[in-house]
Amino acid sequence: MPLDPSTLSRLARALATTQPDEIACDECFARMDAFADLLLSGKPAEELLPKIHAHLQRCPDCKEEFESLLAMLRATG
Amino acid sequence: MLRWFRRSAAPTTNDEWLDALRGPDRDQALAALRPILVRGLRAAFRDRVPHQIDAFAEDVAQEALLKILDHLDAFRGEARFTTWAHKIAARLALTKLRRKRWENVSLEDLTTRDDDGAPRPHPSLTDQAPRPDDQATLAHYVEVVQQVMQQTLTETQRTALEAVMQHDMPITEVARRLGVSRNTLYKRLHDARKNLKAALRERGIAPEEILAEVEAR
Repeated sequence: MPLDPSTLSRLARALATTQPDEIACDECFARMDAFADLLLSGKPAEELLPKIHAHLQRCPDCKEEFESLLAMLRATG
Repeated sequence: MLRWFRRSAAPTTNDEWLDALRGPDRDQALAALRPILVRGLRAAFRDRVPHQIDAFAEDVAQEALLKILDHLDAFRGEARFTTWAHKIAARLALTKLRRKRWENVSLEDLTTRDDDGAPRPHPSLTDQAPRPDDQATLAHYVEVVQQVMQQTLTETQRTALEAVMQHDMPITEVARRLGVSRNTLYKRLHDARKNLKAALRERGIAPEEILAEVEAR
């Protein structure tokens, strides 16, 4: 894997934020809807579901799905 | 008790949705849910599917309705039912879009060639002409990280890491090519990150140092 500065930076950032007890995508997906409803109702979703929040920061696929979910919810009320 | 469709345009509570979708009012409930999903899909994906958004939203909504019916028992009741339904539709939509975007790209292509198909030259840190002291420090980090990756990770882990980190291939698509679930690949990449981090620490290097050095340039 060639390490250009951009990739090295992304890798270092990923390693710096790596935790021993991260949840994986299935667990995030299972509670992503609850996280979204908390967030949109003005409740502290990050504090109430910290592992979901952390996973959304790390996993680009889950983050993209979550952002799409928020867009859908904002459009439909 | 009057059933929901006799007194309102659509179910409103989670229990009403579940009762309707599990009972004789299923078709009415599906007919009420479909336009909600279509409206959400159109809003969320119109930028990504500008010319066929109506057909795309209808297709995804139809697929989502079938999936929702098959997975009603998975609804945990921690969110509004419609939020849960939107979540399923969002994942289906993105799965389609990711598959289409990456359909002609293999992991082998990605890790040996540039996006335009040309053999990829190995990028050099000297390309940005850093100061000599920066260059030496960064070159040291690069050498150590590459060495540690070679020693610590499997070839599959290195390939997956490169596809995700360097080429922005979705984890879902990498996993599909490797014949594993996205959840499994995430766990393997998590193991890879933990092992890399530990191996760097054994050599006295914290990832934060590398990050600071790269970002200072």
